Amino acid sequence: MAGRAPARGDMATRVLVPSGVLGLGFDRQALRHAAADKPDIICIDGGSTDSGPFYLGAGVSKYSDASVRSEWKELLDAREAAGCPLVLGSAGTCGTDAMVDWMLEATRSVAEVANRRLKVAVLKSEQPVAAVREALQAGRLAPLAGAPETGIDAEDIARCTHIVALAGAEQMAAALRTGADVVIAGRATDTAAISALPLMNGEDAGAAWHGAKIGECGALCSTRPMSGVIGLEFDGSGCTVEPHADGARCTPGSVAAHMLYENADPFVLHEPGGWLDARGAAYDALDERRVRISGSRWVASDSYTVKLEGARLAGFQTTSLAILRDARYVANARRWLDRLEAFLASEIAARTGMEARDYAIEFRLIGVDAALGPLETGASDPVEVGVLAIVTAASQAAATEIARLANPFLLHFPLTDDEDLPTFAFPYSPAETERGPLYEFALNHVMRLDDPMEAFRLEVTEVGCGPPR
Amino acid sequence: MARLGDAVQMVRSKNAGPFMVTVDVFCGTDAAFQRVNAALSTAAVGRLYRVDPARVGRYELPEIRVVKFSFPRPVPQGSRGDRDMHGAQWAVLLAEAEFGDGPAEASDNLRRP
Repeated sequence: MAGRAPARGDMATRVLVPSGVLGLGFDRQALRHAAADKPDIICIDGGSTDSGPFYLGAGVSKYSDASVRSEWKELLDAREAAGCPLVLGSAGTCGTDAMVDWMLEATRSVAEVANRRLKVAVLKSEQPVAAVREALQAGRLAPLAGAPETGIDAEDIARCTHIVALAGAEQMAAALRTGADVVIAGRATDTAAISALPLMNGEDAGAAWHGAKIGECGALCSTRPMSGVIGLEFDGSGCTVEPHADGARCTPGSVAAHMLYENADPFVLHEPGGWLDARGAAYDALDERRVRISGSRWVASDSYTVKLEGARLAGFQTTSLAILRDARYVANARRWLDRLEAFLASEIAARTGMEARDYAIEFRLIGVDAALGPLETGASDPVEVGVLAIVTAASQAAATEIARLANPFLLHFPLTDDEDLPTFAFPYSPAETERGPLYEFALNHVMRLDDPMEAFRLEVTEVGCGPPR
Repeated sequence: MARLGDAVQMVRSKNAGPFMVTVDVFCGTDAAFQRVNAALSTAAVGRLYRVDPARVGRYELPEIRVVKFSFPRPVPQGSRGDRDMHGAQWAVLLAEAEFGDGPAEASDNLRRP
């Protein structure tokens, strides 16, 4: 069924999303065209937990400094052409305070070179350990599905190197109300930056959140996912999604399928202050490129909660890699490894005095079952097998000591006692690689707030030079 | 018996946050959706991934011909022992499983090859 967007003229709220994440790239021509079309706001996400706990644990960005700075300059130029605010959510992958400061510095650098003066609102999401412990004691933390069933205690929280709270539309709206040209936010939900302005303008809340979810990964909801640039038009009761790259199309199927993406329940989206019920959603093709979403419902919750993410140090790792190419060893790789593991366990105990609880040494047979482990159902004869040894211990020195102890055996260990010693392929020297700290996600909780801003800090600053605004 | 991956358009998987993984079966046609949805039991999927079926969420989306399963990861993303940071290769296990056209309640309608 072909739908029709209600005619609202300039009453609509138009949001431009250049791509799913800053650092991933976008179609430059599409961005230029979309900016010239004067959207009301440009929103891009800068982070996620997708790439694992290291980035939050260490408080660093996944993407290269050069990629982020060059794209950010292009977005600041697009903002200038569009004459609207530019919002970055979840700065620097993990959204810690230092990552917000990094993006503020990148903004200052662009503004100074371009002789441009910009008003920047900075929204920080990082949580002091003491504040989260107080929230635990005050009964303000609640576990989410999948959280450790044993619960968490004050000690678990204290072991986190970084804790962030995910800002929602309320905190983004507070940043926009400062009249800033640029908003740089710490950790926020993927949808918060996009939904904030439509909600401020009184658009339908179900459409605001549903459209934001569809648009948050840029052109991933279209037939040309790499093109990045997507436009969202909120029209009072629905949201129309339009890809901007030449040849890219949104279809009801491509748009509806995005509710499945990285989402356990495709009909529900939990956000600070409520949840989106998408069970009644309709996806109507307006033409061969545009789809209008309507029928979703926002359900406000009784209390206002924000999700917390925390990562803690879980040891240090050193890895080694050997490659078996000899056909007999390849065919008997599992038997060989079982024998090697038993041998190493007793050697490590005898030589270092370390007990099993002091370290872990895990082997993965690449070519056999490295990706799926015990779940693997496929079997074929590989020409070679990689043996990846991953050692974890309380210090880097201890992990490397164990990897070095294992080294000669990983190189020469025989299948039986009564045969010449084999020598396998080490791809580099030294065979050991120090991976540094291992972090793990430690929190899967929400924190209840009396005031949405009480866990966040908003500051406004001017950067750059040039004529006064 | 046929391999599920040969009967549908695409099977993909991905983390849904650090503690869950979600597997999407894009069937492609209404006929494939009806066949797969009838034959693929939640219990069989739980057995394949060695997860208690009571903890496997099942979502049926006939409009886009998708059957979706979500369940807790055995190891949180990136913790020691995790083999697949994005959970993206788990889909292969379901795509390569053989399934019959028996009723979904039949315990043996999804076989490990």
